[in-house]
Amino acid sequence: MPLPTGDTIGILADNLRLRRSVLPIPVESAIRWTKGLDLPHGGERVLYTGLMYQLIPYIEELVAAQQKMGESWMAGFTGFGRQINKILNVSAFMAHPSRDKLESFDRVPRNVALLLKRAGIEFGALYEDDLYSGALAYDLGADEELKEHASKVYATLKKHGVKEVVTIDPHTTNMLRSVYPTLLDGYDIKVRNYLEVLAEAEMVPNHRLDGEVGIHDSCVFARYEGVTAQPRQLLEGAGLSLREPEHAGTMTLCCGGPVESLYPQKAAAQAERRVAEIAAVAERGVTMCPLCYVNLQKAAKDRIRFDDISDYLRQAYEA
Amino acid sequence: MTVLQPNLVDEVRADESFNASACMNCGVCTAICPMELEHLPREIFRYVLLGMKEELLQHQETVFSCLLCKMCEVNCPAGVHITENVRSLRHYFDRKVFRI
Ligand code: SF4
Ligand code: SF4
Repeated sequence: MPLPTGDTIGILADNLRLRRSVLPIPVESAIRWTKGLDLPHGGERVLYTGLMYQLIPYIEELVAAQQKMGESWMAGFTGFGRQINKILNVSAFMAHPSRDKLESFDRVPRNVALLLKRAGIEFGALYEDDLYSGALAYDLGADEELKEHASKVYATLKKHGVKEVVTIDPHTTNMLRSVYPTLLDGYDIKVRNYLEVLAEAEMVPNHRLDGEVGIHDSCVFARYEGVTAQPRQLLEGAGLSLREPEHAGTMTLCCGGPVESLYPQKAAAQAERRVAEIAAVAERGVTMCPLCYVNLQKAAKDRIRFDDISDYLRQAYEA
Repeated sequence: MTVLQPNLVDEVRADESFNASACMNCGVCTAICPMELEHLPREIFRYVLLGMKEELLQHQETVFSCLLCKMCEVNCPAGVHITENVRSLRHYFDRKVFRI
């Protein structure tokens, strides 16, 4: 049984209002990816993570806890849990991902930073001021909380002198590029996704990769942001043979991730359907979104292996 | 007996982008939806336009099961802002039902 919809949304909305993220995580986990990269603080152009990859290990733990709670007596305490959460950050007590897990997700923003350096792009980072975009609040209809949060994000970008952000995942790209301008008067931040930036740089790979890989387009990239050509150009440029599943490009099939927080079983069924489509064309799959990655890999178990696109690109293009 | 609430559409409409009335009930969205949400969008949009509040409230799970994946929207011949409309419906539930 899923947790009650209203209480789940209430907890996420309270967190966004009180703690600047739907799921507050420790600062050291938010900024660990920057270690040793020597990136300037702020500046006109910054690499903006929106915490999406850093949040995944915590979300995975909470989903597991939620599934347990949903079947036990604790489900009855959800409303009570929301009241406690207003005072104490409940998620901080419930989720303690392992160091290995945390590091495996930090790898993606690190990959992207190294690829941008290779492409000759100058950029900084916002460290502890790199805030979650509010994507989940947007999807769940928490409009007032989202608007308040978006103005905090915009004020933070302005404080650091940012004119352009380079994003990593599709949800943060969509929020900062297409949703914020509808919420904030005078919003003037230029937003590009790193796949667009790298495709434009027309880099030549240092190591050619070979083999076949099945591509999974994120719905948000493909149908909200028009990003379908760039990942193909970069992966094919790296030497890989791309295998297109039955639904691909602008007709891609969702991984199920968007309903994970409310209906985990429906999310799993959708992921299963997508994994079957990809497994029918290749033995490996490539994703471009942390939510797609987690949902599909969880459904695939050992059947096929998924990797984030940045792992392939780093292998091929990094010096 | 169905009790109608004529101002329901005004309560649901978060902004001018809510365009459920553009729907011509062709069924493309229903046929293409990967979640097989047969009541969403066209039937539920109709409840809102007609002021059928009880029927709308009965479909809470459907409204929150949508992936917002836009598969239906990019194939809709009438240019209905389906995902934006679904977000408006969720906003309505958040405020009027869950009291967030
Ligand atoms: S595809 Fe568009 S016009 Fe056709 S029923 Fe669905 S929302 Fe209405
Ligand atoms: S957005 Fe996706 S899940 Fe929602 S009704 Fe349309 S096709 Fe179905």
